Amino acid sequence: MTISGVALLAICTLLGVLLGDLLGVVLGVKANVGGVGIAMMFLIAARLWLVRHGLLSHGLKIGVEFWGSFYIPIVVAMAAQQNVVAAAKGGPIVVIAGIGSVAVCFAMVALIGRLSSRVETMDEIEAREALEAAVPHFKSGRIG
Amino acid sequence: MTMISHVLAASSLITAFAAVGILMWISGAISKYLTFGRIHGSAIAIMLGLVLAFFGGVATGGEKGVADLPALAGIGLMGGAMLRDFAIVATAFEVDVVHARKAGLIGAVALGLGTIVPFVLGVLVAAAFGYTDAESLTTIGAGAVTYIVGPVTGAAIGASSPVIALSIATGVFKAVIVMIGTPFVAKMIGLNNPRSAMVFGGLMGTVSGVSGGLAATDRRLVPYGALTATFHTGLGCLVAPSILYFTVRAIIGS
Repeated sequence: MTISGVALLAICTLLGVLLGDLLGVVLGVKANVGGVGIAMMFLIAARLWLVRHGLLSHGLKIGVEFWGSFYIPIVVAMAAQQNVVAAAKGGPIVVIAGIGSVAVCFAMVALIGRLSSRVETMDEIEAREALEAAVPHFKSGRIG
Repeated sequence: MTMISHVLAASSLITAFAAVGILMWISGAISKYLTFGRIHGSAIAIMLGLVLAFFGGVATGGEKGVADLPALAGIGLMGGAMLRDFAIVATAFEVDVVHARKAGLIGAVALGLGTIVPFVLGVLVAAAFGYTDAESLTTIGAGAVTYIVGPVTGAAIGASSPVIALSIATGVFKAVIVMIGTPFVAKMIGLNNPRSAMVFGGLMGTVSGVSGGLAATDRRLVPYGALTATFHTGLGCLVAPSILYFTVRAIIGS
């Protein structure tokens, strides 16, 4: 049933947000501490459990995946209701933080690549696979 | 005319679905015909959303972008905290733990760095622009991680709407640079094998940015990059409004 997926998602979300609020109270801050992240972990755990017990039905999947596929439109709606007029004053932040973080992350990709041992490139993998495929197989009893 | 606006206002959420859908069609067309697929339609749609919020704010003098227009009040519900958290949690359903093991230690390291490094950079930039409260600093820092982590964090810790708008814009801008810039730096950063693609996905985060950038570089690398990038948002939503927020609070001492 589709509703079981939607209900599962709703229960995970509520539990996560509740725990996030509780954590906020425990830690003495007026904030939801990681609630969405906690809810995501519940959902991942629930999915694992369902798969193990063979209970992951098609309807259930549709119920959750519909909402998952809906998140970009929701983010668009969220963007459309922000106080952008007030934010426009801080415009340069967007440019500097955006370019800065991308540049640093590009550099780290290069650095991690250099520090770790060499691996086959995609072209080499495909070349090797093509070579292996070109070697005749005798399984069928016929040559070539 | 009054009849139309009455219908639109009465079914506000349905109007919002239609309005956002039309916006996404337009964005898809812009992506396809004006940028030749270089910039993902979703990033264009979010940018258009921010632009519309600007004009909505100018037109109404309100603080809630286009949601202050009576006919488009449903945008407020559709993009509000309730449905947003619901939809973002749902994306975790596609995370397959078995696949996570394939990324291994190097993927985990990249994910950790990909969350902390942009966050620190965003906080520093925000501080340089005169923000001093932990909520604004954390939200802008989280926006530098991805455009989802920013608003989720901002809403969770109670940042103001202008700051949340800044964090979304920062994240979207980051995703766009990743989409456009990746093919140009691919050779320099050694982006030609599955492992570096996984490291790339973990560090860059934004799934749209990573898959767009890798698709323009080498289509075969997309699944490897997307594999680690899918964990990015979840990790960010978990640590930004918690550990990272408390760290910022502890450092500035409020």
